[in-house]
Amino acid sequence: MKTETTRDSGGAPLHRRTFLQYAGAGAAAAGLFAAGCRKESAAVNTTQTANGIDIGMGDPAILNYAYALEQLEAAFYIEVVKTPYAGITDHEALLFTEICEHEVIHREFFKAALGAGAIPDLTPDFSKIDFTNRTSVLTYAKAFEDTGVAAYDGVGYLIQNPDYLTIAGKIVSVEARHAAYIRNLIQLGDYAGADVIDMNGLNNTKTIAEVLAIANSFLKTKVSASHYNYVA
Amino acid sequence: MNLFNIIEEIEKIDPEFTDRINPRRQVIKNITSFGSKVALAAMPFALGTMFKKAYAADPAVSVVDVLNYALTLEYLESYFYNQGTAAKGLIPDRDASYIADVTDDENKHVIFLQTVIKQLGGTPVTAPKFDLTAGNGSGKGPFADVLTNYKTFLAVAQAFEDTGVRAYKGQAPNLLGNQVVLTAALSIHAVEARHASAIRYLRCHRGYATIDPWINSTSTKGNDTGISLVDGNYKGENNVMQGGVDVTKLPGSKPGDTISVKNATAAFDEPLSMADVLALLVGSFIVH
Repeated sequence: MKTETTRDSGGAPLHRRTFLQYAGAGAAAAGLFAAGCRKESAAVNTTQTANGIDIGMGDPAILNYAYALEQLEAAFYIEVVKTPYAGITDHEALLFTEICEHEVIHREFFKAALGAGAIPDLTPDFSKIDFTNRTSVLTYAKAFEDTGVAAYDGVGYLIQNPDYLTIAGKIVSVEARHAAYIRNLIQLGDYAGADVIDMNGLNNTKTIAEVLAIANSFLKTKVSASHYNYVA
Repeated sequence: MNLFNIIEEIEKIDPEFTDRINPRRQVIKNITSFGSKVALAAMPFALGTMFKKAYAADPAVSVVDVLNYALTLEYLESYFYNQGTAAKGLIPDRDASYIADVTDDENKHVIFLQTVIKQLGGTPVTAPKFDLTAGNGSGKGPFADVLTNYKTFLAVAQAFEDTGVRAYKGQAPNLLGNQVVLTAALSIHAVEARHASAIRYLRCHRGYATIDPWINSTSTKGNDTGISLVDGNYKGENNVMQGGVDVTKLPGSKPGDTISVKNATAAFDEPLSMADVLALLVGSFIVH
């Protein structure tokens, strides 16, 4: 397992190694996720930038990356539920409420799990979305969900802790379920269209840089990942 | 690791294994509850050690082993959809292309996994013998009309897809840090989840079942399909503890809102171990 070498403060590396050994021993029990993440404090891993926040590096960075995307998705669906588009059916309204709840749960889960290491609340910018228009809402919902799936799948290999990897896996399949549902709403049968699936039947993936470039176009608070070749 | 070596290993520790998974005896009980017994009680020492090591990100299970396991599941799904497509009068014309796209993806997964296994210097396992009625070769299992009744076909499809998602998820830690193989496995995992959502949506859309594209569990039951035969496939989906956090205790979308068990469980899909998945399939859908 890769051990982090870049640290700002002396003494911290020992904690990091101890934590990795502990987690690696398979003794991961309830609470470890939160406890481990508290040690990865924001002061070390995330940094303020001129226009927002940098997620830092290592597993906390990947978790904060996910947290940023979940903040964006949750904010979007809260707006969708609050101002339903014209002609929304009862069934669509019900399922969008459920999707909203899932995304809020993901957001709050990462916030709780990251503790003091969490990036701050991000301010969204949905000025290009017409929430009264079904086509506009579904188009952006599809984009958010497909991007979310490609984002999680794209960073899985960067995650060093197997428990975190499993958590990411638990969430990405739910995002894929959302994506397929919304695509079916737009066009029945397009649940896994050629724009998201390759010739081998694999979902496409996106790098952190690719995803943040998209995400930042919907955020007033810009998210950077300088350790992953992206500065907003 | 050959799929059936696992069975032999289990038999060494649990001589009644074959009897227990024999559907002639008690097919429903076996399908619904046997997985937990294997995982908790009858797991041989070697397997137990293997999974502990896997958990510790020390890949005692080789990458090729994981891929052959995945290939076995893809063989089943691909066989299922190909048989369904070939069954005259089963799939209505209006759903033909919808199902054909799933079929196409599963067939591609088989070819992709065979190719990757060979590229890694391994030997792809051959397809086991399947019984889509879950009758262990009798053709008279509990899903006897799977290829003649479209509703049954879709119900089984849904169980396969939801279980496939769980199976891939369970193997992710065994591929930790492997940029090529883990990324590919996660990418198939996401496609299986799209399929699961799609089959669920179709069943709802056609009025065959009141079901959401995601798995809404209750505090006592993971299975939301209404088909008790597949309870075992959804065992543990009702988990609300994630990374030490009780998800139902998190703040809701508005101040004062609380998180329901339904939404808390739907927001996270749960993994299944290799032993659990094989126990669900071998002796029923996979002929042993």
